[in-house]
Amino acid sequence: MRTTRILALAAVGVLGGALSACSGDKADDTTAGATGGPITVKASDTACEVARTTIDAGTSVFTITNGGNKVTEFYVYAPGDRVMGEVENIAPGLSRELHVELPAGSYETACKPGMIGKGIRAALTVSGSAAPLTDDAKLADATASYSRYVKSQTAALLPKTEEFVAAVKAGEIDKAKALFPIARTYWERIEPVAEIFGDLDPKIDGREEVIEEGMEFTGFHRLEKDLWAAKPDVSKDGPIADQLLVDVKEIVAKANAEKLSPLQLANGAKELLDEVATGKITGEEDRYSHTDLWDFNANVEGSKAAISSLRPVLEERDPALVKTLDTEFANVETALGKYRDGDGWKLHTALTEADLKGLSDAINALAEPVSKVAAVVSKK
Amino acid sequence: MSDSIVSRRRAIALAGVGVAGVAGAAAVGGALVKNAFADETPGAEGAVPFTGGHQAGIVTPAQDRLHFVAFDVVTKDRERLVGLLKDWTAAAARMTAGQDAGEIGAVGGIPEAPPDDTGEALGLPPSGLTITVGFGPTLFRDATGKDRFGIAGRRPPALADLPHFPGDRLDETISGGDLCVQACANDPQVAVHAIRNLARIGMGVVSVRWSQLGFGRTSSTSTTQATPRNLFGFKDGTANLKLEETDRLREHLWVQPGDGPEWMTGGAYLVSRKIRMLVETWDRTSLAEQEAIVGRSKGVGAPLGKTGEFDEPDLAAKGADGELLLATTSHVRLAHPTVNGGARLLRRGYNFVDGSDGLGRLNAGLFFIAYQRDPRKQFVPIQRNLSRTDDMNEYLKPVSQALFACPPGVTGPDDHWGRALFA
Repeated sequence: MRTTRILALAAVGVLGGALSACSGDKADDTTAGATGGPITVKASDTACEVARTTIDAGTSVFTITNGGNKVTEFYVYAPGDRVMGEVENIAPGLSRELHVELPAGSYETACKPGMIGKGIRAALTVSGSAAPLTDDAKLADATASYSRYVKSQTAALLPKTEEFVAAVKAGEIDKAKALFPIARTYWERIEPVAEIFGDLDPKIDGREEVIEEGMEFTGFHRLEKDLWAAKPDVSKDGPIADQLLVDVKEIVAKANAEKLSPLQLANGAKELLDEVATGKITGEEDRYSHTDLWDFNANVEGSKAAISSLRPVLEERDPALVKTLDTEFANVETALGKYRDGDGWKLHTALTEADLKGLSDAINALAEPVSKVAAVVSKK
Repeated sequence: MSDSIVSRRRAIALAGVGVAGVAGAAAVGGALVKNAFADETPGAEGAVPFTGGHQAGIVTPAQDRLHFVAFDVVTKDRERLVGLLKDWTAAAARMTAGQDAGEIGAVGGIPEAPPDDTGEALGLPPSGLTITVGFGPTLFRDATGKDRFGIAGRRPPALADLPHFPGDRLDETISGGDLCVQACANDPQVAVHAIRNLARIGMGVVSVRWSQLGFGRTSSTSTTQATPRNLFGFKDGTANLKLEETDRLREHLWVQPGDGPEWMTGGAYLVSRKIRMLVETWDRTSLAEQEAIVGRSKGVGAPLGKTGEFDEPDLAAKGADGELLLATTSHVRLAHPTVNGGARLLRRGYNFVDGSDGLGRLNAGLFFIAYQRDPRKQFVPIQRNLSRTDDMNEYLKPVSQALFACPPGVTGPDDHWGRALFA
């Protein structure tokens, strides 16, 4: 029984060696694509030109250049939006690389200018032969696929947190406020992974009321409270900001090293939706900034990524459930999509009770079938 | 009971599952001993048959507790709606028999899966649970007039939108609904368990619009039951339609062949009204005035001028002062069949207390439920009379209202709620 190893190493040129888990810096890019040479991707705010639409099976390298004015992302999706590889946070003017091993099959490429929506899609056909995976191999593949996702998110979480922390320390209130929900997006997508590491989650993301006696109110929400105060004052928040970055660095390293089981993926997908149902719908999460819908969207995306990783296993064991999940994820995306505001989201306070009820209904409709995934995955 | 059907208590006994350590195990053990007797003597703890020509929970002798819920249908897919009605039927058949909501049960499944029953009724007997379903006007056409599920042509004329009644300031968020489920039981935990599990099964297809708990019945629906009291302290439901009055039930309660539409034959229409009672001001009203407003004595419940609770009120009787004993504005007179063209109702209401309000007043009252053959000829004229002139209105604040068509009973394992409507 062979497990196909799929490698997708996002190259993070901007960060250099900051992330030990990520390699493939532009400078040492000597790896030839499966079809010989990197595949160029010209990304702009309105286009996503992938140089080839047909490639051979094996490891390919995509070189994405962002010629637009918005930060973009690049994805290679297998059916059901299963992420085979992605690069987050490609700033305007920069080039980044994606190394991804693709077995034969039909895929889609996508650029996401502004990091929103389904992105600008194109078909990608990978030709060649590939033996169908065994059941165990599919499970192993699922965890490998989700590990790639975690790496891609942490690769963006760190620089975005650095920017946020720098803005706070420089007293740039408006800039810090703008960066707050964006940095949190990468955090919220993988929060169940972060929660594995006990103390770190409350230090980074604890709300005021969860702080235990003798513990200081720190992290994102402490800075949020100060940034959104009637008279914002972050002049004394330097140590809090520094600590946030230290904690995020630690959790990034731990998250990248963590090996998750398929069952953890399934439960993580459910927990992310529970987060939405209990914290985001109610506006408790971001009670000072009211940017809860950013977190809401990130939780749903993270949940979908975990489920997508499990998709080949689910397709085989319970195709009806996959169909239901597809329908309900799409339903949530449509329901939430009504509250888009430019590249971001409306504030929680701008939504009526009826709006929130509609979102709650959609999340409940999705979370019930998602709660059934764990049993399907653990089935022998 | 076949071998494959295991009751909640039996499952507990077999598994030896304690609820919470030693104390929980002792409590369950106690319930087992107590319930062993209930099995042989149908009573407060026994099971009410789920199947039959009419839905249970209408003429069933009124149980002590209520959990009532109204749902909005959130799917546009007719097949999903019908699928839900099938799933609900199966779950209701199980729960009314004292079993878990799902086939696997609260503790019988694999550890990785969430149980298909929520578990809070484990170890409890059926408790007389009945589950009754109704279809609201908006299921047939939504507010914009759209025929949502291709059944607009089957909407019963009797399911006409209720008119505005003078004095009503209704809260839309706790009024109406596409579907309703009435769960009645002699144990509140059993009633809540039923609604909770049905709501869970319905996620993605329906969304809870509002729900109401009732803690004490305010009507008798059988001559075997004593008349209970409402929160004004008066007996309520003395002149109610009762299970034993089969001729009257035919005339006033069940939709008859030819009434139309055919799918409703054997069913009945349900009107609910949440009526807040301003008990603090009522309580400082003199006994004589309270009795004059109601038209009955507070102790025995006899119509004024009579001595027994079940004596027929004499609407013409006058006192020594030459005034009518039952004033033209008294509740008993205004609700009496003779002043409403003979109209009668089967009332099945419950007292509610939703805690207290910001002024420290009891947020309490009557959750009125009435079943009937045609609301246009029964509830509507009676309520018009009451709304206009009832002296009691000074102490009442209606806050919600809803109307549902409750189809006939489920006849067997191949049948389900709404089968004829969606056929």
